[in-house]
Amino acid sequence: MKKLIVAATCALAVMTGSVQAKEWKDIRIAFDVPYEPFEYKKPDGSLTGFEVELAEAMCKELQANCDFVIQSWDGMIPGLLARKFDAIMSSMSITPERQEKVLFSKPYYNTPGGWFAKDNVNTDPTDMDAMKGKIVGVQRGTTMDTYVTENMSGTVEIKRYTTADDMVLDLEGERLDMVFVDYPVGEQTLLNRDGFHEIGQPVKLGEGVGVAMRKRDQDLADQINKALEKLKNDGTYDTIMKKYFTYDVKM
Amino acid sequence: MPDFIIQWLNTHDVFTATTMLHYWDGLVTTVQLVFLSLLIGLILSVPLAILRTVRNPFVSGPVWLYTYIFRGTPLLIQLYIIYYGIAQIEGIQETFWWTIFKDPFYPALLAFVLNTAAYTTEIIRGALEATPHGEVEAAKAYGMSWFMRTRRIILPSAARRALQAYSNEVIFMLHASAIASVVTIVDLTGAARDIYSRFYAPFDAFIAVALMYMALTFTIIFVFRQLEKRMLRHLKPLS
Repeated sequence: MKKLIVAATCALAVMTGSVQAKEWKDIRIAFDVPYEPFEYKKPDGSLTGFEVELAEAMCKELQANCDFVIQSWDGMIPGLLARKFDAIMSSMSITPERQEKVLFSKPYYNTPGGWFAKDNVNTDPTDMDAMKGKIVGVQRGTTMDTYVTENMSGTVEIKRYTTADDMVLDLEGERLDMVFVDYPVGEQTLLNRDGFHEIGQPVKLGEGVGVAMRKRDQDLADQINKALEKLKNDGTYDTIMKKYFTYDVKM
Repeated sequence: MPDFIIQWLNTHDVFTATTMLHYWDGLVTTVQLVFLSLLIGLILSVPLAILRTVRNPFVSGPVWLYTYIFRGTPLLIQLYIIYYGIAQIEGIQETFWWTIFKDPFYPALLAFVLNTAAYTTEIIRGALEATPHGEVEAAKAYGMSWFMRTRRIILPSAARRALQAYSNEVIFMLHASAIASVVTIVDLTGAARDIYSRFYAPFDAFIAVALMYMALTFTIIFVFRQLEKRMLRHLKPLS
């Protein structure tokens, strides 16, 4: 009798285990807000943005119950690994360092990095002589940070910020000569205001942005890849993209 | 750094030679920031504490208000106000003040000095007010003036009583200096955050930095123990 119970429990555990592994009915997705226009809060407090709408469409495609979690950037990957949520859709670029820790879906968008400065600064960021001694602001841990650290750390002084807001304040206060940020962020926070402009050309960086998941959840990655592929092909992706961008970010 | 150390370090994933240099720069910044703010704070707080003990409310009142405000608000908020607030003052960028406040080091130093001076003032005031009346009366009987009394009797006596409490303040200040990293200063914590976000290794980056703070704290404790041995020798039991 005892053996039977044990066997039954084991069978049950295997069954429920496999059921949960196959069908992801509840997915918790994390965003770092505000990161306009990808994810931000409307005045009434509800979440919206390109990635949020894409996530909603994706969940509909997967017929899953999605819970949106707000998590600050610094704790994103630790939070995922600690199972506070199951996926990150917060403009996380695919990098080899991150791939050591998490599993990425296929990329779903890519934006360039842009150089922005006050109107009275007109330095060409590719001109290393002119850049000597300039103070450049980046967001800590972004691909822009890596790019500047690896290519220009001997030439310019790099200041790293946790949030874009603090960086914009310091650019405004002339503590920074220029910032190197994700293009859409610069467009939203700087170009919409007087006194700032873009300098140089946008720089294509990295392998694009993917949904990040725990390495063990290969089945979830497969489902998400399939759903995203469908959205990209049936026009849903383009409709959402046109709502938020004047340029192409599709990948 | 010698070559063999660099080679040995570069076999690690996180603690490469570059990382260790980053930590070292952070350590230097932290020590500079904490040492300077404590030194200036201490110099400011001795006269402030004396003023605070004066009976006339027009003299002690402003000092009371100052310590009340700076002990009543978080250091982080004071730092935000000084660092971001000053940059928003219209036209400050054209004045010579900007050469000081453009760099994040000086706003942070200012915030730390004002904060630690407020706490130290209260520590010293407590010690001053606990001066035994007998000591003051004896000094008066010798015909010492107020100034000489303060310099020869009251301050040295108060310094002995304030020493232990002040060692706490020094350690708290070291730990509070971690918030300097929010205004882009690369101190020990700032270095740890850079390294953490580069390698996504929170345990390695933060445990390493915690050990460095601990080493600094133990150094401070050691120094204060030596000071106590010297200054409080007369309180030691004979055998």
